[in-house]
Amino acid sequence: MQFIYSGITSGSIFALVALGFNIIYNTTGIINFAQGEFVMIGGMLIYTLLSIYGIPLFMAVPVALLLALIIGILFDKIFIKLVKVPNEINLITVTIAAATIIRGLAMVIWGRNTLNVSGYIPYSVISFPGGSLTSNSLLVIAVSLLTAFSLSLFFKKSSLGKAFRACYNDKMAASICGVDVGHIRMLAFGIAAFLGVVAGIVTAPITYVTYTDGVMVGLKGFAAAILGGLGNFWGGVAGGLLLGIFEGFFASILPSGYKDAFAFLIILFVLFLRPMGLFGKKKAERL
Amino acid sequence: MKKLLLIGMLLIFATGSSFAEYRLGALFSTTGPASFLGMPEKQTLEMLVEKTNKNGGINGEKIELFMYDTRGVDAEARKKFIRLVKRDNVNAVIGPTRSGSTLAIKDLAEKFQVPLLSCASSDKIINPLNKYVFKVAPSDKHAVRKIYFYLKTKGMENIAILTAQNGFGDSGRDALLSEAEKMGLNIVADEKFRDNDRDMTSQLTKISERNPDAVICWGVGPAPAIVAKNFKQLQIEAELIMSHGVASKKFIELAGDAAEGIILPAGRLLVAEKLPDSSKFKSMLVDYKNEYESTFGESVSTFGGHAYDAFMIIKKALLTAGKDKEKLIKSMEEITDYIGTYGIFNFSKKDHNGLDKDAFILIEIRNGDWELLES
Repeated sequence: MQFIYSGITSGSIFALVALGFNIIYNTTGIINFAQGEFVMIGGMLIYTLLSIYGIPLFMAVPVALLLALIIGILFDKIFIKLVKVPNEINLITVTIAAATIIRGLAMVIWGRNTLNVSGYIPYSVISFPGGSLTSNSLLVIAVSLLTAFSLSLFFKKSSLGKAFRACYNDKMAASICGVDVGHIRMLAFGIAAFLGVVAGIVTAPITYVTYTDGVMVGLKGFAAAILGGLGNFWGGVAGGLLLGIFEGFFASILPSGYKDAFAFLIILFVLFLRPMGLFGKKKAERL
Repeated sequence: MKKLLLIGMLLIFATGSSFAEYRLGALFSTTGPASFLGMPEKQTLEMLVEKTNKNGGINGEKIELFMYDTRGVDAEARKKFIRLVKRDNVNAVIGPTRSGSTLAIKDLAEKFQVPLLSCASSDKIINPLNKYVFKVAPSDKHAVRKIYFYLKTKGMENIAILTAQNGFGDSGRDALLSEAEKMGLNIVADEKFRDNDRDMTSQLTKISERNPDAVICWGVGPAPAIVAKNFKQLQIEAELIMSHGVASKKFIELAGDAAEGIILPAGRLLVAEKLPDSSKFKSMLVDYKNEYESTFGESVSTFGGHAYDAFMIIKKALLTAGKDKEKLIKSMEEITDYIGTYGIFNFSKKDHNGLDKDAFILIEIRNGDWELLES
C-alpha cells in the first residue's frame, strides 16, 4: 500500500509539470522541454530567498511566485518571440536549447552542490492503512491539487481563462473576436513557469535541490502529459498521479533499478496503443 | 645590445623552468555530486605541499603541484590524467576521488607508466593488481567486515541491503554479498536505487516486508539522506547502517533528525579527540585536524585524510627513491608500519592497499555529531 501514498506524492508533482506542458501545448501547439527547469528554478529560488536572504516564508513564497511569472514571460519574450520562422519544430528545438541554457546558468549561479531547504511545516509522520506519509508530502499533495483546481476555475470562469480556451479551439477565430493571441501565449508561459515553481517550492524540503533536477522531472511530467492525453487538463492531472502510482508499484514488484525506465516505457505503450492518451479525444478536423 | 638582451632573457626563462623539482599531479572531484569528498582532499594536499615546500621540500627540492577538477565525471578524469602525464610531465598522480573515475584511468596509468595513488575505495582498483596503481582508501570489504562483526556480536543475522547504482554502490554490493556468505549472514533483501532517485519508500517497503534485523545502505551524496528520511517515515524496526560514503557533516545536514542513531564505519579522524589517549593515532590525527581547521575554517573530513595518507606515502617514497618511476614504485611497496589517518599501512608487492578491517571504527550519529561506538 505504501507505493500508493508515495506514488500520489511524486505523482502530484508530475501532474503539475504535465499541466505546464498542456497549457503551453494548448496555446502554442508546441512542447516546452524547459518545463522541468522551471521546477528546478523554483527550488533554487526558495532556497535563495529563505537561506541566503533570510526572508520569512510567508514573504518568500509570493516573491518566488512573482519571479516565476516574470521568468515565464521573459522566456517567451527572449526565446520564443525572437524565432524568425516560428513553426513547431523550430520552437520545440528552441525550448530544448533554452532548457540547456537555464541549467547552465543555474550551475553558475547556485553551483553543483545539492542544497537543502528546511521543511515549511513541522515534521511529523501520519499513518494510513498500510503505509505512512510525512507532513511535507501531504503538503505537496494538498498544494498541487489546490493549484490544479484553482487553475481549472480560472479557465472556466474568468474572461481571461475563456480567452485561453478560445485560443486553443481556434486561434484565427479568437483573434477575430478581439483576443490578443500573442498576449495569451505570453501569459501561458507565465502560468507554466508559475506551476513549475510551485512544484519546485513544495518538493524542495523532501528531495533537496540540485541544478540537474529539471531533466528527470521534466521528462516524467511529459510522460504524464502523454499518458493523460496531451492538451487535456484533467488528463494531465490524472496522468501524473497514475504515473507516480505505477512507478511506485513497479518499483515494489520489479527490481527497483528499473524504476526510471518504466516512465518511458509508458510513453512508448501509450504512443503504440492509444496515441490520444487515456483521457484524450481526437480533435475533429475538417477535410 | 638587443641580441644580448634576448640571450639574457632566454637564459632566465631556461633556468626558471628547470625540471629539478618534483612534479606531483592530482585529480579530485572538487565540483559535482562528489565535491564534498574532493574539496577536503584538494585543500589537504595544497596545505601539505605548501608546508613541505616551506620546510625545504623533499631532498632539498621543491614540489610543484598540478591539480585538476574531474567534476566527478569519468571521461573528464581520463582527459585530465592524459594532460597531467603529457603536458605537465608529473612523477606521480594522487587521486581521483571516485572509484568509477579511478577504474576509468587504471589502464592509462599502466600505458603511461605513472604511479597512481587513488583516494577511492573500490576493491577493483587493486584487484586485479596493476603495478602502477595504489590505493590509500580502505576497501569496501574492510568496512563490510567491520559492520558484519558488529552485527554478529549483536546477534543479528538477517540483513537487507540497499545499494546505489554507481561504482561505489556496485562494489559495496559485491562486498556485502560475498562477505555475508563467508560470515554466515542471510541477505533477505537486495534493493537498489539511483543517485537521482527522490523517493525510496518503494524499496524500503519491500525491505521491511522481509523483517530484517538490520538494513545496510551503500551510497554517496544526497540519495542516502533520502533513504534515512524515508526509513524514519516508514518507522521500520531495524538497525539502519550506512557506509563510510556518508561520513561527512553534509549528510547530517541533509538528513537532519533522520540521521540520529545511524551507525556507520568511518575513519578515526572523525572522532580524533574522542579517541583514548593510548591510541597511537591520536596525536597525529589531532594535529592534522587542528591544522586543517585553522587553515580553512571548516571542519576536517575523513576524505581529506586520504589525500593526507597519499601525500605522506609518496613523500616517503620520493625521499628514498627519487623520481625514477620504477624505483618509486618499489619503494612504495616497501613501506610498512606507516601510521596513517586510516590505520596502519603495510604495503607489499602483492598488496597495494596495505590496510585491513581495522582501518575502520564504528561510529553512531548522536545529537547531530559523531560518537565512538564501543565495539
